[in-house]
Amino acid sequence: MSEMKPNHEAAPPLESAQRRRFIGGAAVAAGLTIAPGIVLIEVAHGRPEDQPASAAVRWGMLVDATKCANGCDECVSACSTENGWTPVAESRHPRQAPQWIRKLELQDPLTQMQTNLPMMCQHCAEPPCVDVCPTGASFKRADGIVLVNRHTCIGCRYCMMACPYKARSLVHEPLNDTQKPDVPRGIGCVESCTFCVQKVDRGDGTTACVEACTASGHNALVFGDMNDPDSEISRRLREIPTKQVRADLNLNLGVRYHGI
Amino acid sequence: MAGKTKGLLAIGAAVLVTAAFVWNGAMAPAQAGDAPKPVLIKAVKGEQCVEDNDFMRRNHMKVLNHHRDETVIEGIRTKKYSLKECINCHASEKTGSVAKAKDDFCVSCHSYAAVKIDCFDCHSTKPQGPMAMHPLNAETAHYKHKLAAGAKQPVSVDEMARVAQ
Repeated sequence: MSEMKPNHEAAPPLESAQRRRFIGGAAVAAGLTIAPGIVLIEVAHGRPEDQPASAAVRWGMLVDATKCANGCDECVSACSTENGWTPVAESRHPRQAPQWIRKLELQDPLTQMQTNLPMMCQHCAEPPCVDVCPTGASFKRADGIVLVNRHTCIGCRYCMMACPYKARSLVHEPLNDTQKPDVPRGIGCVESCTFCVQKVDRGDGTTACVEACTASGHNALVFGDMNDPDSEISRRLREIPTKQVRADLNLNLGVRYHGI
Repeated sequence: MAGKTKGLLAIGAAVLVTAAFVWNGAMAPAQAGDAPKPVLIKAVKGEQCVEDNDFMRRNHMKVLNHHRDETVIEGIRTKKYSLKECINCHASEKTGSVAKAKDDFCVSCHSYAAVKIDCFDCHSTKPQGPMAMHPLNAETAHYKHKLAAGAKQPVSVDEMARVAQ
């Protein structure tokens, strides 16, 4: 059975490209198919490209606000680089500039304690943006990632009104072929954090912001499969107290915060 | 009063008939073959499209539409009918794009057929960075072809990129 459980023991020491190949191999070995369409064991990471996203997985993120550094915006710039949106500071119209992730600095008025945290789409299990979308463009993928289908989005911005987290933005101006090949986006459509769905589908198992946060040494972000009890995010969620923002709305968020 | 209306009608009819003749005369040369024919440049990369040329000319929009829904909604990212792969092969050598100049691959046919597409309002018209096996972004493109042809297992994006550097 050990070879059925992908990548936990062998993965860390290997160099990244090798590791990716290893995961690919493990996925082939572990995704045990007895007949077309019937899969015995589903694998979270390294899903074959012809397989749809699986509901057995729920992608989520843990934000450790106690480690999130004041003045650091590595996650924001990494997101902008990966997904091709112009950083707000460089935009000609900052107030309407698309923003997939933003840094918040909060201060407790009584104690003056400062808290830093990134805010983005919380990838709700019960997303209000999906409830209100008149065309069905706003949708939740099987693996819990909330996305906008730009082919059906009419840019009405109802979802932006419905989102309690102010996570979505509309592209107001033509982008003139500055998009990334992996991340189509364009004028007249609403957009938000996608949990780097292009990276997830590639089998990277992480997002640009998490990579940047780890690379900068802060380690405030963890990304992973919340349905897999052995994943790092599940382990951390078991061990430390976490909160959902506006938990009163009962939306079952995919992004959890520690230290807020 | 009736006479006056009749007169006006007659003048109107005369104007219309004259206009029709003038219009016809103006259009005649265009029908004689002045419309710019689409320029079909052979794909820079690869020998054969994913389907026969005839099939693709008639049905590329159907396969692209089907594939786009599978990709966006379900996350299926096979390469066969992916718009990204079309662009990787068909981007022109001059502009590096499928839709920048008027004789680039997508645009030249669509303007001839007077079909307005909005794919490239959102999708990039250019192949992706160092990976795309394209003479534009690597003098070593032929090495990549050899690498891909000689490899026993599929060559990954990273390995391709490394050859270019």
